Amino acid sequence: MSKLHLYYEIDGSDFHAAGEASSDVKRVLKQLNFDSDTVRRVAICMYEGEINMIIHANGGTVDVWVEECSIELVLRDTGPGIPDIEQAMQEGFSTATQAIRELGFGAGMGLPNIKRHSDQLHIASEVGVGTTLTIRVVPSG
Amino acid sequence: MRLREVKDILDASVFSGEEHLDREVHAACGSDLMSDVLAFVKNQSVLLTGLLNPQVIRTAEMMDMCCVVIVRGKTPDEQIVNLAKDKDIVLMATKYPMYSACGKLYSGGLFQDEGR
Ligand SMILES: Nc1ncnc2c1ncn2[C@@H]1O[C@H](COP(=O)(O)OP(=O)(O)OP(=O)(O)O)[C@@H](O)[C@H]1O
Ligand SMILES: [Mg+2]
Repeated sequence: MSKLHLYYEIDGSDFHAAGEASSDVKRVLKQLNFDSDTVRRVAICMYEGEINMIIHANGGTVDVWVEECSIELVLRDTGPGIPDIEQAMQEGFSTATQAIRELGFGAGMGLPNIKRHSDQLHIASEVGVGTTLTIRVVPSG
Repeated sequence: MRLREVKDILDASVFSGEEHLDREVHAACGSDLMSDVLAFVKNQSVLLTGLLNPQVIRTAEMMDMCCVVIVRGKTPDEQIVNLAKDKDIVLMATKYPMYSACGKLYSGGLFQDEGR
């Protein structure tokens, strides 16, 4: 399989549409016959990242690079940035608003969950400039 | 347990996926926190929740859950129903609150994990 590239623009103002890109990635990976565990791990990472972009950073872009031996997600936003990445990685740390919590998110679980389901996670962030998450999942099958 | 039985036990109305009620399910989970569902669900195929927004269906989709039960008598709107249809997810609503709905399914033999 040659390297496949997918690209998505995430609308930061539309919480209801959140997850459409993740859903599409899931569909493509299934079609490519990746095993269900791998597909689910990628879907979780991408969805957590997509939701974060929408609730914390006003949207952004996602590049997905698919190879037989590796799936890489690069999520870029030009949001407020993360002042303390170590703190943000702690389970339970969240700056989400009450309105977000009422929608079932904002428990401070997303980034740790991405870490748990991926093989590599790199976060580059600068306050006032934006955040880039690079996530790699190595297929389990 | 088949989804048809879930429907009967909960006296639920089905809003999408009527044609999939013969699906077998082996475990369920109840939560109003999608963050938790994304972090902790393993092979549970039924999600019971009191939340009502499209991300409930999205979360179920990401976790390969095939059925969402909305508790406490809320009625899903068209947008949510259409999304569930699109994703082939069975969407039901029951008048029972979360605690009773989970209790009824548990007593009926649908546990948190396969087998217990
Ligand atoms: N793209 C981002 N831009 C700016 N801040 C972010 C971004 N992603 C995460 N953060 C910060 O890191 C914190 C932790 O993120 P994490 O995804 O773990 O939890 P959450 O989004 O608050 O809640 P949950 O993921 O459980 O819904 C967020 O509350 C926010 O302060
Ligand atoms: Mg998050």
